[in-house]
Amino acid sequence: MTNFINGLLRLKRAPWEMLASILIALGVVMLMQPFVMWAFTWSFMVTFVGTVMFIITSHFPE
Amino acid sequence: MSRTSPDRVARATPGPVARRLTGLSDRAIAWIFVAPTIFLLLAINIFPLIWTLRLSFTNMRVNRPNEPVEWVGLRNYQRILNDSGIWETMQATAHFLFWTLALQILIGFTLAWLINRKFRGNDLWTTIIVLPMMLSPAVVGNFWTFLYQPQIGLFNYVVGFLSGADPSSFSMIADVRLAPWAIIIVDTWMWTPFVMLICLAGLRSIPESIYEAAECDRASKWRQFWTITVPMVLPFLMLAVLFRGIENFKMFDLVVQLTGGGPGNTTEVTSINLKREAFEKWRTGYSSAYAIILFVTVFGLASIYVKALNKVKSR
Repeated sequence: MTNFINGLLRLKRAPWEMLASILIALGVVMLMQPFVMWAFTWSFMVTFVGTVMFIITSHFPE
Repeated sequence: MSRTSPDRVARATPGPVARRLTGLSDRAIAWIFVAPTIFLLLAINIFPLIWTLRLSFTNMRVNRPNEPVEWVGLRNYQRILNDSGIWETMQATAHFLFWTLALQILIGFTLAWLINRKFRGNDLWTTIIVLPMMLSPAVVGNFWTFLYQPQIGLFNYVVGFLSGADPSSFSMIADVRLAPWAIIIVDTWMWTPFVMLICLAGLRSIPESIYEAAECDRASKWRQFWTITVPMVLPFLMLAVLFRGIENFKMFDLVVQLTGGGPGNTTEVTSINLKREAFEKWRTGYSSAYAIILFVTVFGLASIYVKALNKVKSR
């Protein structure tokens, strides 16, 4: 966990890509879940932030 | 030979053409060849995407060309993401996506594993299994509609014969509970061969020597399957999931042919809902925003999937 946070602080690619991937996956689950409407409402925002973050962080150093 | 080939080609180039190309750098010649493709890509893919993005912030309706188009900001996105009808559509798509992928991977991998064993008529069986994939979705939708007929349909007859139920007592297409499964069955029937072919390519790429080494180490067949076969076929399986997942997220033709989104809106997947908004209700701005939401979702998923695929391949 400490390594992960240190990686985020030092702008390393792997932890940022992991965070972006989690956001995208979370957004898709929120979009398609049948339980709560607010999750559906915010799903696109979460997926969008994750996708943009993924595109940017894939250019970070290894 | 290889050294003289370019000379021969140069000599064969007609004089006027050769004179025109003289003086151009390799980079310039490369650009001349690549430019038409880049232009087509921009015109066919990128321009419509940017145009759709622009429309998604307006209230444009293409059936009212004389009405002024107003900039509405994020209002279309807000309305879509608060629409319970679209939420239900997303759930229908998720149900369809989950079950088609699960069944196609399971059956496709099993078929590939069986076909990979050497037996008489191997090639003939491969051809027969692959046949559904080669048919047009319109044809498949039409003849499965006949197969699903309660009175004369072969599917109902077979289910009735096996379960003892009256074949005319249920309708796969008209029943609210069965209609989603009717589409899942047809899509699985049609596209399992595709997954099978990808898995077969993976299975055939595993060197026999690895299994021989495992035999020497007295590894059981079960252990060989889980420690050799599955890890080495995994990149191929992931590729199949990526292709089928994206295709099924956009599924349109089969659903239109089989149920048209009905009964009610039980089988109304996102692509059908989007088409209704765009070309039946003519809400162009609204449907553009809807399309952008779907695009970002598929793009995001494909990005993490390609990353996972590269990681598995580099192992």
